[in-house]
Amino acid sequence: MTIASSSPPSRLPVGGAEGTRTTPRTRRAKAREGGGDGRLAAVFLAPALLGFLVFLLWPTLRGVYLSFTRFNLLTPAEWVGLDNYDRMVHDPIFWDSLRVTVVYVVINIGVQTVSALAIAVLLQRLTQSAVLRGIVLTPYLMSNVVAGIVWLWVLDTQLGIGNEIIAGLGLDRIPFLNDETWAIPTIALINVWRHVGYTALLLFAGLQAIPNDMYEAARVDGAGEWRMFWRITLPLLRPVLAVVLIMTVIGSFQVFDTVAVTTNGGPANATNVLQFYIYGSAFGRFQFGYASAMSVALLVVLSAITVLQYRITRAGRTDLG
Amino acid sequence: MRIRTVMAFTGALTLSLVSGCAQGGAAGSGAGSVTYWLWDANQLPAYQACAKGFEKENPGLDVKITQLGWADYWTKLTASFIAGTEPDVFTDHIQKFGQFADLNVLEPLDDLGIDDSAYQTGLGANWIGRDGHRYGAPKDWDTVALFYDKKLTEAAGLTADQLNSLSWNPRDGGTFEKAIARLTVDRNGNRGDEPGFDKHHVKVYGLATGGAGDSDGQTTWSPFTASAGWNYTDKVRWGDTYAYDSKTFQSVIDWYFGLAEKGYLAPYTDYTDGANPANAQVASGRAAAAFDGAWMISTYYGTKGLDVGTAVTPTGPSGKRATMMNGLADSVTKNARNKGGAKKWVTYLASNACQKTVGGYGIVFPATPDGTAAAVAAYRKKGIDVSAFTEPVTDKRHARTFSFPVTDYAADVYALMRPAMQDVFANGAPVSGLTKTNDQINFILGQ
Repeated sequence: MTIASSSPPSRLPVGGAEGTRTTPRTRRAKAREGGGDGRLAAVFLAPALLGFLVFLLWPTLRGVYLSFTRFNLLTPAEWVGLDNYDRMVHDPIFWDSLRVTVVYVVINIGVQTVSALAIAVLLQRLTQSAVLRGIVLTPYLMSNVVAGIVWLWVLDTQLGIGNEIIAGLGLDRIPFLNDETWAIPTIALINVWRHVGYTALLLFAGLQAIPNDMYEAARVDGAGEWRMFWRITLPLLRPVLAVVLIMTVIGSFQVFDTVAVTTNGGPANATNVLQFYIYGSAFGRFQFGYASAMSVALLVVLSAITVLQYRITRAGRTDLG
Repeated sequence: MRIRTVMAFTGALTLSLVSGCAQGGAAGSGAGSVTYWLWDANQLPAYQACAKGFEKENPGLDVKITQLGWADYWTKLTASFIAGTEPDVFTDHIQKFGQFADLNVLEPLDDLGIDDSAYQTGLGANWIGRDGHRYGAPKDWDTVALFYDKKLTEAAGLTADQLNSLSWNPRDGGTFEKAIARLTVDRNGNRGDEPGFDKHHVKVYGLATGGAGDSDGQTTWSPFTASAGWNYTDKVRWGDTYAYDSKTFQSVIDWYFGLAEKGYLAPYTDYTDGANPANAQVASGRAAAAFDGAWMISTYYGTKGLDVGTAVTPTGPSGKRATMMNGLADSVTKNARNKGGAKKWVTYLASNACQKTVGGYGIVFPATPDGTAAAVAAYRKKGIDVSAFTEPVTDKRHARTFSFPVTDYAADVYALMRPAMQDVFANGAPVSGLTKTNDQINFILGQ
């Protein structure tokens, strides 16, 4: 039996047996069906695509353009070439705010990841209680601003209940949010408190994918919990951990609201994280061109860190199966 | 069929969203209405009463008042200018005036015929822009005085008369420093002027902290710098250079923040804008006295369990006491939808009739002398003596009043001075470092 086909061999379906080849008539029918699916898909994708274009792509492109202008929002933008970038490179406050942000990210992500991993492993190995998982997630249900205000009151040097307890123990009060040494670690830990439960649940979901027989086999071979963690849990969790790290690092670099409600960037710029500096330049000083240039710089830094993290952690590959 | 249904639904949704947005943008701006924003919730009933009087005089016009908290107020106002949804009239602050003038968002009010002499001295002139046009109609004013906890001052043996006649100098602090040292008590019960005083473990500070004072020091260091004869800028209004590099200024700042090192002034670490401002320190018994503005009178006197007294600011080396006299104004926005109605409303707000009405509520000092008198009487009716706030305005022989600095690039000045002053107060940085900040500011102003 001869099968009529006008298609060149390269256009045959990969791995397709002769019997699966389609006739021109059925191909046309399938193409019609495919076209129908495509249109339907386009309709369903349209709102998301519209959102992406309007709220992401266009503002990004516009932001890049504005970074080359002097712009106060109320009068037309004036093209100034690389002036904003030149100013940024020579602006000590920009570099200091970048340093402050990096210190914040290191403390925030370091403590948060280790704590979340510990909570996730404990949740997986010790209990399956959904109630406990719910409790772990509770701080995440609170908005960042509310969490910031609550901790501002708790940690206030004179009146905060936290410092009352410290003073009650006979220790000196600690100016958690009013001292340049304490302020950034305190803000980092406030955000750890809020986000650690959510991060733990993401990791917990990753742990669920690790087959139980691996632990059973290891136990038969005489491995303890500690050894199993290092030899089974951590390596097999790596892709999930990597994605969680990429997401949390990006989020951490964008810290703003907690700073805005607790320290306002002070004392003496000790908590002037990059997003706060960008906000102040734009909405305080109406220097939208310069603020855009710093935003572009932040975008570049975050993109570079993300690519680097993705490569180092081999986030796209799994060691399972 | 299904695709058509989905497309029709998506289309309907999009249209409803678009029309919804359009409706949102046009809300509250009818032809006969004037939109008006203010930030002080305490003043809302007074201005609602004024609006009633205005509407009676102007049939067909109604005033829609929106009150927003101080911080949200400026953010939302800025956003409204950008979005084109700004109010027709808004309460303006002299600190923001320079910036709004830079941004060209205010409508000139020269045609309102505002007569400066009808208001307390200086309040009208402050709202004339660099271009010679008027952009605000005087509304009210406030000064700064010393609020104190009577129970603590009596325990320290300080009388109201003594507190009302304090003087200071940057060498030994004068009777003012002696008084706040006396009011300071450590955890062992020793007062600041007694032997054995432990400055590291203070239970009650003589003076509450209001933070580092940013670029103006309104309720912190400005009563001292001004009574030493110092001025913010080279001109009364629209100055071209700032003077934070002045030896006088830096020596006063050095002495003032030095009070914290001596244990008499609560340290920077005890100040939090939201959680623990100066009045909260006094209310909690952690400080015996605080410099604060007239807008806080109701708050201090309304604090349960606190018996409050007030005193004028201390006399300085210039031989006069000094206080900032800050006047607010009502401004019309350049893109006001109802400009005619807006100007009529501002004229009414600046009138003696409205200001007397507002004064009658006893929550603020209106700008006209009659309005001020009405406010003083209303406060007296509540049992509050406000002479510490009014005396500096009337007694020019012994007191000096001054305004917020009015210059271009006000937001930049604030952004540079705020961390610089915090560095001096919080981190003990040398005051000479302010010279560099001043150079940066003057460089910006010189552009």
